[in-house]
Order: sequence, then structure tokens, then C-alpha cells
Amino acid sequence: MTDLSQWAQSGARPGLRIRRPAFSPAVASGALKRLRPLLGWIVPAVLLLAWWAAANSHLVPEEILPAPATVAQAFSTLITSGDLQSNLLIALGRVAYGFGAGALAGLAFGAGMAFSDGFARFVRPTFLIISQIPVLAWLPFLMLLLGIGEALKIVLVAKSVFVPVALSTFAGIRGVPVRWLELARVLQFGRWKTLRRVVLPAALPQLFNGLRYGLTHAWMALVVVELLASYEGIGYLMIYSRQLFQLDVMVAIMLVIGAVGLLFDRMLALGEAWLTRRYGGAS
Amino acid sequence: MSRVRSLLGSGATLPVAIVAVWGLATHFGWLDVRLWSSPAAVLQSGWTALQDGSLIAALKASLLRDLAGFGIGASAGLALGLLLALLPLADILLEPTLNAARQVALFAWVPFLSLWLGNGEEGRLAFIALAAFFPVLLNIHLGARRVEASHLEVARVLCLKPHRVLLKVILPSALPSLMTGLRLGLLYAWLATIGAEYLFASTTGIGALMMDARELFRMDQVILGMAVIGAVGFGLNVLLSRVGHLPLWRGLEEVP
Repeated sequence: MTDLSQWAQSGARPGLRIRRPAFSPAVASGALKRLRPLLGWIVPAVLLLAWWAAANSHLVPEEILPAPATVAQAFSTLITSGDLQSNLLIALGRVAYGFGAGALAGLAFGAGMAFSDGFARFVRPTFLIISQIPVLAWLPFLMLLLGIGEALKIVLVAKSVFVPVALSTFAGIRGVPVRWLELARVLQFGRWKTLRRVVLPAALPQLFNGLRYGLTHAWMALVVVELLASYEGIGYLMIYSRQLFQLDVMVAIMLVIGAVGLLFDRMLALGEAWLTRRYGGAS
Repeated sequence: MSRVRSLLGSGATLPVAIVAVWGLATHFGWLDVRLWSSPAAVLQSGWTALQDGSLIAALKASLLRDLAGFGIGASAGLALGLLLALLPLADILLEPTLNAARQVALFAWVPFLSLWLGNGEEGRLAFIALAAFFPVLLNIHLGARRVEASHLEVARVLCLKPHRVLLKVILPSALPSLMTGLRLGLLYAWLATIGAEYLFASTTGIGALMMDARELFRMDQVILGMAVIGAVGFGLNVLLSRVGHLPLWRGLEEVP
């Protein structure tokens, strides 16, 4: 009787034919793995080609999907006229203020809840109520209160950042292994040193997770507000071109919105990697 | 004394204090009464909306829209996710593209969908489906990746057919992730329902109710709408947490 696991490990034995599976779920072979970054470009390339071919053969009318060349043209017009830069700058400024305010408040609030049981008990239901009401539901209320100026955008973006950052900070600090804290006590670390050497490195991955969600949410929230209630910014530019049925401009702006989202995500991933190396985060 | 202190330190204090200050402020006119409704007015308008059936009708319209869109989006996400789990080549080819598409802020799709599908129900449903699609896809994908290699090897040794591997090996391992994905998908779909009702010029649903109320400066109805949206989101969250035996707080930070 052959040991099953041994048998499984040895794969095909001489004289014993194992039917080769038609697939091997989610396990790529070595060659595929090396080619992976390249292979990822195939689908975008095929899509681009299909888009180009469809537009060129007039299979799809311009009003449904403009040709790549038209979009490129619209893009360069947006840049030469300065519309894209000025509106993107306004949008990014709003994200910066909102994200800054929301992240700081979330860090402080989350840390407060993690370090003080009393504070956590006191604010928990209020926090739950605030977090359960999504940004979109706050929007009409805040529009009534604040009008549709800058304050509305910054408050909404800040709210969308505050909740994930506060929750992650809370979970990160509470998740620090008790044994590490005991070790810090044995080594007679002061309060500051414990925070700097033990709590922060241990909580760092969670903290960054929160910031990452926060930034994604911030961008999403800003686009919504600008679509609904704004006279400038990237979302407004989108709605404006929608009203003029300029689909080429819309596609160009869409690509910019996607690129900014991707850039935000990459930036925070790099920042996290750097901080983890620098402060020796434990995960 | 300590009882008073523990009562003051409890979680109920802050909400009660906020409502009390709000009530006093509207009563004594510290806030602009043309804009601000009192807490009693909010309750009153809630009661009226319940009585004349407008609230129930709006809620029903929104929920039906939500569930239909979620059904479409979640099934598509589930199907594609399982396909990616079964076919490594499809995974390698499609994953970067899907990841890039996910980065486009969800609501930026609305102007396109409204152009392509019109301002009617099709556009709204497509948008809600899109919102539910990505969380379901990503989580089933994540779950299928976590399947133990040794389990797959045993399946290979036993010469299981692909559909049996799917049912007996991959799905059971991926189930927790799948539940998380469905829950997030449902919450995103709810968010998208409200967004679709704002942006697609809907005449039915909670979102339409709130936008109308805002235009008429009916703060009481706006606050009522906020409460209803929050309560429905919370209810959906609790429901799927119970079904999936998940802690209520897990994944909450992923919902804006």
C-alpha cells in the first residue's frame, strides 16, 4: 500500500499512469510566472485593438464609442487649453485637505478608542451611527447646511476617510500582541519608547490598510460630490462634457480619473513598503 | 454617585445629548428655524410618510432596484471569479486589467451609462450591478487562491473532474471569502442604488425622495432619509454577517 501523500508528491511514477488534469487551479507554472507582467498587457492591447478596429470600420457609432484617435485629440485639447490641469488641481487640492483632516481625526479617534476603554464605550454608538450613514446619504444634508462650496467637498471627503482610518487604527493598536507589551514592560521601556518601538511597528500594516481604503474612498467621494454639486473639478468637467454629448472628452477624463486612482494606490503601497523597511513593521 | 458616572460614561450619552441640544436650539431659535427642523418635526414627518405610504413605496422601489442590480452584478462576479480560479491562464491574462478597471472611481461610470443606456431603469440597474460586481469578483478570487495546495493535489490524485473540484475543494475553502464578497457587494449595491437615484434623475426611491426634499429645503425629510438609508445598510450588514457567521465589524472600513 503506497502512502497517499508520498504518491501525490512523486507525481507520475514509471509504470503508473496518472491522468493529467486538464487544469491546475490557480497554480501557474514557472514559465508562466516569469512572463506574468508581460501577459497582463495582452488583454488591454487586444481591447485597444478591438476598440480601434470597431471605430475604424464604423461598426460602433461615434456617439456610442469614439475612436481612440478622437479621444487622444480630445485629451490633447484638454491639456493645451489648460482645462484638465486646472480642474485636476482643484480636485486634488480638495482630496488633500479632506484626506488630511479625515486621516488625522481618524488616527486620533481610533487611538483614543484603542487606549481608553471609557472613551471607546462613550463614543462607540455615535461612531457606529456616523459610519453606518454613507457619504451619499450625508450629501443632501450637508448641501443644505453648507451650501455647495468648498466646505461641502472637504467635509464629505474627510468623512469618507475618517471611518476606515479610525477603525483600522483601533484594530491595529488593539491587535498588538500582549506578549510584546509584556516584553516592553520587562525591558522597562517608557511610555513613548513602547509606543515608538512596539505599538507603532506592530500596528503599522493595519494603519496603512486604513489609509489606503481612506484614499480610495476619498477619491470616490470627491468624484460623486463633483458630479452632483460643483462648478469646477474633474467630476464637474465630466458632467459638463456629458451635457454637451462630448463622449471623446468623457473617455479622456475617465482615463484620467482611473489613472489618479491607480497612482494613489501605488503611492500608498510604496509608502507602506518604505515605512515597513524603515521602522521594521511586523506583519 | 458611581451609578450616575457610569450612566454618563455610557454610549447613550452622546447621541442623547446631541438630540437634546438640537431640540433646544430649534426650540429657542438658536439655529435658523427656516432651515432647521426640530427632532419632533423629523419624527412627525416620519410618521406622516409612514401613514400615507410614501416612505414604504420609496423604500420598496429602492430595495427592489438594489436587489435586482445586486443579483446581476454578483452572479457575473461569481462566474468570472470561479473562471479565474479554475483557469490560471485566464487569471494571468485578466487580473491586471480588472485591477486597473477597479481603480476608476465607481461613480465616474454614471455619465457613460446614462449616455449608453439612457436615464431610465436600465442605466440604474447596470450601475448597481457594476458596483456589486467587483467586491464579489475580488473576494472569490482571493478565496480561491487560498485553497490549500495539498487539497488540490489530493483532488488531482483522485482524478476528480473539474466541476467536482470546484464543488468539493475550491468552493468550501473559498466560502468565507465569498461571504465577505457578497456582503461587501450588497453594501456597495445599496450605496450605488442611492447614487443611481440621485444621478439618473429617478422619480422613485429613497434617493429621489431625499433630492426632492433637499430642493424644497425640507430638512426633516432629508434627516429621515439619512436615517432610513443608514438603517437599511446596517440591516443588510447584520443579515449577511449572521448568514456568514462573520464579526459585524469586519470589512466595515471598506464601505465608504
